[in-house]
Amino acid sequence: MVSVRGLHKWFGPLHVLKDIDLTVAAGEVVVVVGPSGSGKSTLCRCLNRLETAGQGSIEIDGEPLPAEGRALARLRADVGMVFQSFNLFGHKTVLDNITLGPTRVRRIARPEARQQAMTLLDRVGIADKANHHPAQLSGGQQQRAAIARALAMQPKVLLFDEPTSALDPEMVNEVLDVMVSLAAEGMTMIVVTHEMGFARRAADRVVFMDDGRIVESGAPDDFFAAPRTERARDFLSKILQH
Amino acid sequence: MEALTAHLSQLGHGLVTTVELTVVTTVGAMLLGIVVATLRIAPVPLLRAIGTAYVEVFQNLPLLALLVLFVFALPTIGITFPLFTSAAIVIAVYEGAYLAEAIRAGINTVGVGQAEAARAIGLTFGQSLRHVILPQGLRAVIQPIGNICIALLMNTSLAAAVGVVELTQAANNVNLVEAQPIAVFTGAGLAYMLLALIIGQVTGLLERRLAIVR
Repeated sequence: MVSVRGLHKWFGPLHVLKDIDLTVAAGEVVVVVGPSGSGKSTLCRCLNRLETAGQGSIEIDGEPLPAEGRALARLRADVGMVFQSFNLFGHKTVLDNITLGPTRVRRIARPEARQQAMTLLDRVGIADKANHHPAQLSGGQQQRAAIARALAMQPKVLLFDEPTSALDPEMVNEVLDVMVSLAAEGMTMIVVTHEMGFARRAADRVVFMDDGRIVESGAPDDFFAAPRTERARDFLSKILQH
Repeated sequence: MEALTAHLSQLGHGLVTTVELTVVTTVGAMLLGIVVATLRIAPVPLLRAIGTAYVEVFQNLPLLALLVLFVFALPTIGITFPLFTSAAIVIAVYEGAYLAEAIRAGINTVGVGQAEAARAIGLTFGQSLRHVILPQGLRAVIQPIGNICIALLMNTSLAAAVGVVELTQAANNVNLVEAQPIAVFTGAGLAYMLLALIIGQVTGLLERRLAIVR
């Protein structure tokens, strides 16, 4: 579904992604972990071209990522993204946030789009907030609304860029629960996160990044029980201590 | 007072012309302002350069000079418009530059995450602007836009210099007959003040109605 070959990315002189190869099969849930600044988020943002690759190729569902323009907009419609800071549209109600893409990009009639949106809101547990504005919701509710907005496009792949990092601890689980249920339903997901519990529960594969490279990649049980590299052992010892 | 009441229809015509000129010009200037602000943030360098050039040219020339140039110079190369149309075009083009900068300031208040989220659901650049960026950016600068509209209203009096009989010109004409400048121009001044107050009220109303819940 997603195929990355020899991806490099530079921010000025800073070499943030170094020769990344990553293949994600349909229905697979890949969790990307690693220390801050290791390039996880940049990799995630390259996949729908919010960041342009410096070198290398990215294919989504067999199609190479198009350059800027309508073709890219079409592809982005198929690749959902959930952001760390939610990024719900502040001037629109939750319902209008969700129907914007389906009505403007997919050209679905408004009543139908509303109905689908309500189904999705019901599913993420905030149907009662449909007519509220984002600022009236808690962080966890906002992020669930953002997931519903991404799902409304019926994406082939969902990208999560640290979806729980901006949340109060008590709200993390309500978002993770939604993500776990999506994973269980066979959604193809690439999740950048620090939530190791989610990785254990829902991931088919854990990818460990450090200093712009994929250092290690494997099944979550193997990765957490017996990391093969010194760098991964060091990382896990630091975050799993407490 | 009699100096005013004796010429009510003349002054009234001037007032109507001022209002017409203000409304037409505000609409034109807003459209131009949005287009130019969009150019200034466009992903294409050439478009950005065009937007910047527009703002720098029209913000840095006196409106009166532009009016005179348009009305008296263009006919020498065979281009003529009716006087009202000429004044409306020039004032709209001029105020459009100021509005563009106010609108751009508004766009800059909209977080980059909003644009990213808009693109991430597959909206094109134009759709992102129309449905996500501009609605939020414009709301942030309703007050400065209102101020520019009031300045625009005052600037319509410069159209008198190229022969449009708007309120100031009408007052001037009445004064030539009556020779009572205090009464005549105070009356005209109060009319301008009333119009400006209306614009201010509308601005305040829009600001309250359209406020984004934060």
